[in-house]
Amino acid sequence: MAKQIETFVRLPDRNPPSSTIGFISWLRQNLFSSVTNTLTTILFCYLFYLYIPPFIEWAIINANISGSDRSVCDANKAGACWTFIKVRLDQILFGLYFASNPEQTWRPILALSIFTIILIPLVMENIPFKKWLLLFMLFIYPLIFIVLVYGGFFGIPVSNTTQWGGFLLTFALAFVGIVLALPLGILLALGRRSEMAIIKALSVTYIEFWRGTPLITILFMASVMLPLFFPSGVEFDKVVRAMIGITLFQSAYTAEAVRGGLQAIDRGQTEASMALGMGYWRRNVLVVLPQALKISIPSIVNTFIALFKDTSLVSIIGLLDLLNMSQTASRSLDWNGYDIEGYLFAGFIFWIFCYGMSSYSQKLERKLDTDRRAE
Amino acid sequence: MNITVASEKTMTSETHPIITISNLNKWYGKFHALKDINLDVNKTEKIVICGPSGSGKSTLIRCINRLEVHQEGSIIVDGTELTDDVKQINEIRSDVGMVFQHFNLFPHLTVLENCTLAPIWVRKKPKIEADELAMELLKKVRIPEQSQKYPGQLSGGQQQRVAIARALCMQPRVMLFDEPTSALDPEMIKEVLETMIELADSGMTMLVVTHEMGFANKVADRVIFMDEGQIVEQNNPENFFSNPKSERTKLFLSQILNH
Repeated sequence: MAKQIETFVRLPDRNPPSSTIGFISWLRQNLFSSVTNTLTTILFCYLFYLYIPPFIEWAIINANISGSDRSVCDANKAGACWTFIKVRLDQILFGLYFASNPEQTWRPILALSIFTIILIPLVMENIPFKKWLLLFMLFIYPLIFIVLVYGGFFGIPVSNTTQWGGFLLTFALAFVGIVLALPLGILLALGRRSEMAIIKALSVTYIEFWRGTPLITILFMASVMLPLFFPSGVEFDKVVRAMIGITLFQSAYTAEAVRGGLQAIDRGQTEASMALGMGYWRRNVLVVLPQALKISIPSIVNTFIALFKDTSLVSIIGLLDLLNMSQTASRSLDWNGYDIEGYLFAGFIFWIFCYGMSSYSQKLERKLDTDRRAE
Repeated sequence: MNITVASEKTMTSETHPIITISNLNKWYGKFHALKDINLDVNKTEKIVICGPSGSGKSTLIRCINRLEVHQEGSIIVDGTELTDDVKQINEIRSDVGMVFQHFNLFPHLTVLENCTLAPIWVRKKPKIEADELAMELLKKVRIPEQSQKYPGQLSGGQQQRVAIARALCMQPRVMLFDEPTSALDPEMIKEVLETMIELADSGMTMLVVTHEMGFANKVADRVIFMDEGQIVEQNNPENFFSNPKSERTKLFLSQILNH
């Protein structure tokens, strides 16, 4: 029987049919694929047309920003009154002390600038000395912040925390909450997975207690009940009390995020480090946690975003954060009636920071994905 | 090959056993996993442990560095009995190297860092010394050029050789191998076995759980057959393979040798 040898013929590459690529087909597939979709698309276009141009007109085209009192805005009611924000910027950003001592505003500005300067290389890739930058941020920066913003050293006048407020307070509460809750949360996560029954029980109780209690209740308790536990002479600073409450609350959430990461690490990693003679702390610090934290960064950042926004709840104990300070400013006699601008501005600042954190965590997630694919 | 890490102590000492296991019993819950195991391992001795899955062979060697806790009997490693004393356990573990079926390399560290982590943090070696020793051992397992790569970038066989080097970096007196080639593709089994043979030739005391009967035949001083948590039979390889005493061993050998 004759053997037939088939030759392999390589077909030339062709482009996909033109009806499946390009802008028109994208529109057809995504916006007009069915009657319902087409109707929805038209409805939304109409709604956008209805609301977006008037908003832009109000917020940008007709807006007022000149002058230094409400007369400009009162004369032109068709536009937003950004003059209000401009005049009260110090108050909204830095609180009452710095608003009434404008010559001192360099202090919070410098403190926040230093923060930004350290933060930028921290979130970028391939930067050397990241470890040192991080340590600086965690341990040295808080001291710089206290010296600059609180004062009392080097002849810098003290800004009493009762007069702290605005974005500066939001920042301080969130920073302390994040920086203290992370190590506490890691310890709690390890505790929850501990083989020692008592430590495990304590960690579980702690986490479930704080997770089950609303932050607003915790702040209220920190403000009203904490003083009851201390002798009457001891006066606790209100801001410190809020920081403690937020940290305890946040650490429970961070712990759960970290535990998720710990669970994803193969048992073999622990066994391999055990077999090398490494003790509990070395195993966890050198082998397990570096991997677990990397995995849990996105969910940790999620809890941080929630915390950043939740700081507004400190209004329950009479502290005025960014949101409440904007509200207060818009209710002053000088600017009564311009609260929409105040809320918009506060919302915008919150959005910038939360969006920043969220993009960072998404970037990390993508990077993690590619890392895993490389494995 | 001459791996000097099988330290001088091993070479100069008399023939008292380095591991003494007596009347060892272990349970998982109610399941009796190891039953009355008695085993002495002499210095430089190579023991291959085989048996069907679930026979307790992995459990046995994992008891030796206390990755598993036994409930009855005693294990004495190099004169120290394994108890609940964490410090003693860690000392014994640092003298007993282990190679796992799934390598268990640390994926966040480079090959070199994998090898130097424990010497630096457990043995308190200066980094330069640890690096030198690690490079020397990576050369012995023939992958020095991969030292800056991450485990995920290596093939299975390369990873397992790194795992062997990592264990050797602690300069152990005994090496335990828990099915070191079971997770490897056939063409990679050879390179790992070659490394293990060279290690055996250098005088290392080895306990190897494996189904590689060729390796057992070539290297082992003693082959142990386990089933149902018991040592069924042990003998030198010639007698073990050509003249097994028990029916169970014969059946097992016929199954794995004929396939």
